[in-house]
Amino acid sequence: MFRLEARTSTPAWFNLALPLLAIGATLVLCSGLIALAGAGVIDAYGVMFSASLGDSYAITETLVRATPMILTGLAVAVAFRAKFWNIGAEGQLLAGAVASCAVGAIPMPGPLAMLLMALAGAAAGAAVALVPATLRVKFKVDDVVSSLLLNSVIFYALMALIEGPWKDSFSGYPISPPIEDSANFPVLLEGTRLHLGVVAAFLAAPVIWFLIARTTLGFRIRVIGENPEAARYGGIHVERVLISTALLSGALAGLAGVSEVGGVHFQVMSDISPGYGYSGIVVAMLARLNPLGVMPAALFLAAVMTGAEAMSRATGVPAFLSDVIQGTALLAMLVALLFTAYRIRRVGAAR
Amino acid sequence: MSVVLEQIFQVGFLAAIIRIATPLAFATLGEMFSERAGVLNLGIEGIMLLSAMTGFTATSLSGSLWLGVLAAVLTGALMGAVHALFTVALGLSQHVCGIGVTLFSSGLAYFLYRLIFGQQSVPPSIKSFETLPIPVLSDIPVVGPAVFNQFSLVYMAMAAVPLAAFVLYRTPWGLSVRMVGENPRAADSAGVGVIATRFQAVILGGALMGLAGAFLSMVQFNAFTFGLVSGRGWVAIALVVFGRWDPWRSAGAALLFAFVDALQLRMQASGLGHIPYEAFLMLPFIFTIVAMAVMSRNAVAPSALLKPFRREER
Repeated sequence: MFRLEARTSTPAWFNLALPLLAIGATLVLCSGLIALAGAGVIDAYGVMFSASLGDSYAITETLVRATPMILTGLAVAVAFRAKFWNIGAEGQLLAGAVASCAVGAIPMPGPLAMLLMALAGAAAGAAVALVPATLRVKFKVDDVVSSLLLNSVIFYALMALIEGPWKDSFSGYPISPPIEDSANFPVLLEGTRLHLGVVAAFLAAPVIWFLIARTTLGFRIRVIGENPEAARYGGIHVERVLISTALLSGALAGLAGVSEVGGVHFQVMSDISPGYGYSGIVVAMLARLNPLGVMPAALFLAAVMTGAEAMSRATGVPAFLSDVIQGTALLAMLVALLFTAYRIRRVGAAR
Repeated sequence: MSVVLEQIFQVGFLAAIIRIATPLAFATLGEMFSERAGVLNLGIEGIMLLSAMTGFTATSLSGSLWLGVLAAVLTGALMGAVHALFTVALGLSQHVCGIGVTLFSSGLAYFLYRLIFGQQSVPPSIKSFETLPIPVLSDIPVVGPAVFNQFSLVYMAMAAVPLAAFVLYRTPWGLSVRMVGENPRAADSAGVGVIATRFQAVILGGALMGLAGAFLSMVQFNAFTFGLVSGRGWVAIALVVFGRWDPWRSAGAALLFAFVDALQLRMQASGLGHIPYEAFLMLPFIFTIVAMAVMSRNAVAPSALLKPFRREER
């Protein structure tokens, strides 16, 4: 007989083993869909791999794709550490995109423009995240629902902008005017789309790791997440830390929008984010809320997204497989996390 | 203002309200049952989409509309069971699982649709239900043709509201649902199967979400399009809160939202109004967030919402 037994601590190798287990299970489960589409499973995954990580250009495309998800992943990881349930990274990203686009359209020297775009985008994202945090602190409003609903509010605000004052009067398309050429993030590798924002995102992850693991604020964020009562008893102003967490989380998600505007699209349109905010939740969970783990987790999702297009062209399997993989990976990871709380033990045989 | 009033008292306008409200009513009632049992189902957006797809596909392949409705309901119930498996049986975090279910179901819906129908320049459509006039009642001026000359699924939504209220407040099962949502520990002591009741409520909720999806793809649009649900699931989440977890109030909230939406569509079409239509679309979300802040003083949400139940833990 087997029995579930509560676990008090988890070994360190779990941080690596559990996401790999979840990803493995996901790929096995989704191979059923590939077979259903009449393609060879090894073939399809092979194309997916080579098109996303097989050559240097493919790798740069995957890195570009991973960038917004690193930032939203960090946003979610920071928030969830404090048990601030920020489901609103999508809206915060859009707010950051709009703000940075508005700033980037003002003529000024390039470096200044990029700096101000980042500041404006981070501030806009933080402002949006402040709403659910304030409502929770002041009115005890559930942050899950309020942050989720705000996504729709921000999306419609963006639509009102690009179908109203920002509408392209020449073509009539609902897209914003482009930012100044000088505000476009420099491309770091000739012939690719690898832009400055990619490097910034990969630098942000260790910075956020340091902040969470080694600073007082990070300590407070972790404590109010793990044990708010003890935190309060220990003299930590829980509400204030929660607000700081929300500002940090929102700013990171806002920066994801900045990076997409400055480095990829150079303007704002309705589909500027194919759900990067929600992908951030998948990334953060796969990373076990560890900021350093966010990088490989985001790279995995980015590789799947980049590879899915090529796989679809080569094998006829619909590219939407990448969306299924995302959802399955999140659910598989949640189940895998059960191993951190419980262990399976054989009973009866011994003794 | 007078133009607005004129618009309101038109058959077409009233009928539009009813049609917009129908999928929202199904979805809102579905989410309400789930939440009353203590389980937030953020999978609703994806469940509606996947059900819309299976319903449309079943009808498209079999030619039978009711077979499509059945397929959608079963899909919704199945995905409800999946959400319950993760959140009730395994006790995993409800909001993260819900997002997972939405990502998974939406992805699967698009994937299967593309697999079955391929990429076509003109999306395939089905011949939808005929309206079903109710004798005598449909002869009432204005209200009759708008309300009583509708599709059978609309009548089902109208019937679902009092039925849901009856089930929730007047049946032993409804009492169990409310108990496991308010105080699972006490319910357990009273001999109510907490896990089983929560499973049933989430599955019933999923089935209702399935009906909402079926209405969208089989009555409202007669086709499955990308972005078919476009946030209606999230609207339902808002309406449940706005309707204070009560079937009548939730349905009322759905009607109110449908009214604003229909008005917004009219004003857009008539070129009236200098207010961007998005402002109206934002309203239910803003109202709900404000309402949540105001209502929090007298907590009305099910006390055990978001809290998994494990018998051995105290």
